Amino acid sequence: MKIENWKLKIENCLLLVTLLAALPAAAAETVLSPSETPSPRQASPAETTATVQAVLKAEAERVAVMDKAKDSVLAIFAPTGAGGGSGVVISPDGFALTNFHVASPSGSAMKCGMADGRIYDAVIVGLDPTGDIALVKLFGREDFPYAQLGDSEQVRVGDWCFAMGNPFLLATNLQPTVTYGIVSGMHRYQYPAGTLLEYADCIQTDASINPGNSGGPLFDAQGRLIGINGRGSFEKRGRVNVGVAYAVSINQIKNFLGALRGGCIVDHATLGALAGSDQQGRVVVTEVLEQSDAYRRGLRYDDEIVSFGGRAISTPNGFKNVLGIFPKGWRIPLSFRREGKRYEVLVRLRGVHGREELLEKAEGRPQNVPMPIPKPGEEPKPPGEPRPGEKPKPGEEPPPGEEPQPGEEPPPDKPTPKPRAIPIPRPDGRPPIQVMPREVPMPEVVKQHFEKKRGYANYYYNKQNRDRTWKAWNSRANLKGLEGTWTLSGKLDQGGGEFTFQLTDGEGLLKLASGESKWVASDDYGSSLAPPMSGGLLPALNLWRRLAVVGPEEFGGLSYAGTRPLAGHEGLVDVLVGLYKGVECHFLFDPAEGHLLAMEMFPQEDVDPCEVFFSGYGDVEGRLLPARMEVRVGDDPYGVFLLNQFKFEKASPE
Amino acid sequence: MLLAAGAGPPVPAAGSSVADAIAEVQPKIVKIYGAGGFRGMEAYQSGILISPEGHVLTAFSYVLDTDSLTATLNDGRKFQAKLLGADPRLEVAVLKIDSANLPYFDLAQAAPAQDGDRVLAFSNLFGVAMGDEPASVQRGVVSVKTTLAARRGVFETPYRGPVYVLDAATNNPGAAGGALVTRRGELVAMLGKELRNALNNTWLNYAIPIEELRQSVDLIREGKFAPESAREPAKPQRALSLQILGIVLVPDVLERTPPYVEQVRSGSPAQRAGIRPDDLILLLGDRLIQSCKSLRGELEYIDCEDPVTLTVLRGQELLPLSVQASLKPQQESP
Repeated sequence: MKIENWKLKIENCLLLVTLLAALPAAAAETVLSPSETPSPRQASPAETTATVQAVLKAEAERVAVMDKAKDSVLAIFAPTGAGGGSGVVISPDGFALTNFHVASPSGSAMKCGMADGRIYDAVIVGLDPTGDIALVKLFGREDFPYAQLGDSEQVRVGDWCFAMGNPFLLATNLQPTVTYGIVSGMHRYQYPAGTLLEYADCIQTDASINPGNSGGPLFDAQGRLIGINGRGSFEKRGRVNVGVAYAVSINQIKNFLGALRGGCIVDHATLGALAGSDQQGRVVVTEVLEQSDAYRRGLRYDDEIVSFGGRAISTPNGFKNVLGIFPKGWRIPLSFRREGKRYEVLVRLRGVHGREELLEKAEGRPQNVPMPIPKPGEEPKPPGEPRPGEKPKPGEEPPPGEEPQPGEEPPPDKPTPKPRAIPIPRPDGRPPIQVMPREVPMPEVVKQHFEKKRGYANYYYNKQNRDRTWKAWNSRANLKGLEGTWTLSGKLDQGGGEFTFQLTDGEGLLKLASGESKWVASDDYGSSLAPPMSGGLLPALNLWRRLAVVGPEEFGGLSYAGTRPLAGHEGLVDVLVGLYKGVECHFLFDPAEGHLLAMEMFPQEDVDPCEVFFSGYGDVEGRLLPARMEVRVGDDPYGVFLLNQFKFEKASPE
Repeated sequence: MLLAAGAGPPVPAAGSSVADAIAEVQPKIVKIYGAGGFRGMEAYQSGILISPEGHVLTAFSYVLDTDSLTATLNDGRKFQAKLLGADPRLEVAVLKIDSANLPYFDLAQAAPAQDGDRVLAFSNLFGVAMGDEPASVQRGVVSVKTTLAARRGVFETPYRGPVYVLDAATNNPGAAGGALVTRRGELVAMLGKELRNALNNTWLNYAIPIEELRQSVDLIREGKFAPESAREPAKPQRALSLQILGIVLVPDVLERTPPYVEQVRSGSPAQRAGIRPDDLILLLGDRLIQSCKSLRGELEYIDCEDPVTLTVLRGQELLPLSVQASLKPQQESP
């Protein structure tokens, strides 16, 4: 099907207009200035001229914005030809956003068409199955046109916005379709299908979003990216827009972007507590998990949730919205009230999924298809409505991959749901597309940028970021290879006396004025958390030393985990996560300076970690080292160590 | 894109921008929760505050058919709502909540709209907004102001009056009872229910002008509304029938048997009007007749005293024929 010039495709809301509707209204929509309808009084000729000029100017500006915006928009086609969708480039080196439910059936490689008429190879970089986002990387240019990220927190209901993309897979000439509308609602909550494809805190728009628009950009009137379109309310009218569509907010995506760039399959968060509204309309805790950080920070049944993540909470949706926008593991401020007293705490969010559970769901194994949540008001289809799987109507391009190709039937023992040609999740919780992609040889450039490893969307990018982060640290700290005894000494703050740490590969010793504490490595670092009350400072420092000495490759089980906020630090920090001898250790680095800002050692799941904060970095004989080391566990400070002497031995004395 | 400031056109005074209009309208929109919640019957709809003391205009529907009706205001406050009354003919109802000093629309101030006017629709569509979450806002254009009654048999609705047909998909589940306003925030109409065209399976997006509702709403509020008058479709006590007209149609054997005249009784009103066997009846008055059944149905709405015009196809000719049934229909002759 030949499509119209994209500029003309301003409105396609007319789909549903019935026989009664007069059509010329759309013309009025495109030329009138948005600020006001003409007043009924007679305008003077001068005013009329001025109005006309203003209208033409506004139109010209809109056309210019859209003309620029279209260059960053992707038409995505799976290599197997099984469906596709839309996307948008967000950096000149070719990183681009789309929906998980668009990227997922494509496997690890896909083809992306752009308005310049070229088709680029792309590789999967990161996946967010719960948030329905995927990050891909395009190859072939270093100067890709890209969309500027907006600030969706600034978007107001009533703002003009426009969507671009590949609805009904029309963009066979790679020119995106534009649909125009307003923001109908902000901070909407749309339930997930099972645990995947949750649209929390999303943007609701009446710009037409149809199957195939999935993964494409929602722009504000200035052409800044404010969301990724991916969902609509359809219900009984068939799978076409009914003026109600949802976009994942760009601010949510920004929270996950670090981990997505790091090749991760990211998980969303739960508080470990459920909330509902009570008789008075307050949002109260209806259940709290004793293993959760929220419980350890003091949250209990029937506490009123006042604010969360910096937002006042007045509805259960508002509570779920906050949870929906943060990755697992982030620490978020929570304010709750009990018996008139208000408590402010920082809670560490749990993952929605177990690790294996998330991987299986991300892979979309048929046996793990999320069960749809039965929605109140489930609708039997009225007679005469197109049934799923019905042939496209005449005049509609049959989407590629609609018909099952001979020879690609799934093995009979594994029932595979029929691939949906144009994937778009349904609000009624139908499972997302589950496709068995045909094997297509991977293009060479994709092969070079792809490494398969269980647990990662693309391990290549994880390694890149892991090594980048570690190297930035080591190039300043310069501790690699110092395998002998480390002796660190100084004074505790507030006149607490002198201290000395002695760290070797298998042992740790802390000498204080009050006595000394010794720790010996075992196969389970979590079994001995010396010194007492520290939460395991000596094993933690042993891991710190180990990371510095052996480097990321030899550390064992070290991966890049994206970015997260750190109290007292501006912006997000890079996180490396190490799994070693039964404990999990998080290392937090300043992305600009490369410093290690903090580490957290979790001796086991569901207990407070030993937290060590490093600061006051200065030059010590050619090494940038911290002068201050603050140790905390749970809500309690353990001590502040002011370091003034470092001795690093190259090898063990024997 | 918003207009650049200072361009010189008759820019409205500050405070009348669309965003401000939206902010002004939102507090007057009510989310209503009641009966339903199964088989595609949503248990929620929309409403409009029409008095400072808590009168709520909404659509008359099954949602209101419960003793525990709840209205949630824009600020999140929840109220038990009482159904004051309804006019089923207009599918309009008035609820009352116990409050005071609420922001509201004065129905007396409601503004009519014209074809091509740009409007905003506010509603609780799909129940996406809860508590103090604001209602959904959609923008659209009044495509035409027309009469729903012209489409009897196509749209299953008791409402037969004027409607604004909209170019936007405003009439979604839960949207009924929502507000259609100008871009200055003036109330124009109340969003109607979902309405499917039985012929082509498309959906009509429409709103009922406030001036059509005003009288009934006022009567309901004053407690003077007489529900007896609300029996619509109002069939006359003595309706017209084929027998009275003296027309015998072909046997009705199909789903939609074309209404061909088989026989015209002699001396009947039909014969006097010049109707002949083999005429195909196309229109009754201005209403399209598609089958024997629909002709019989439509006649039930016409008083037997009233003259009607039957438009028939005879060969290649369209003939409008005026028929006046006599007062004494019992003069059937064999």
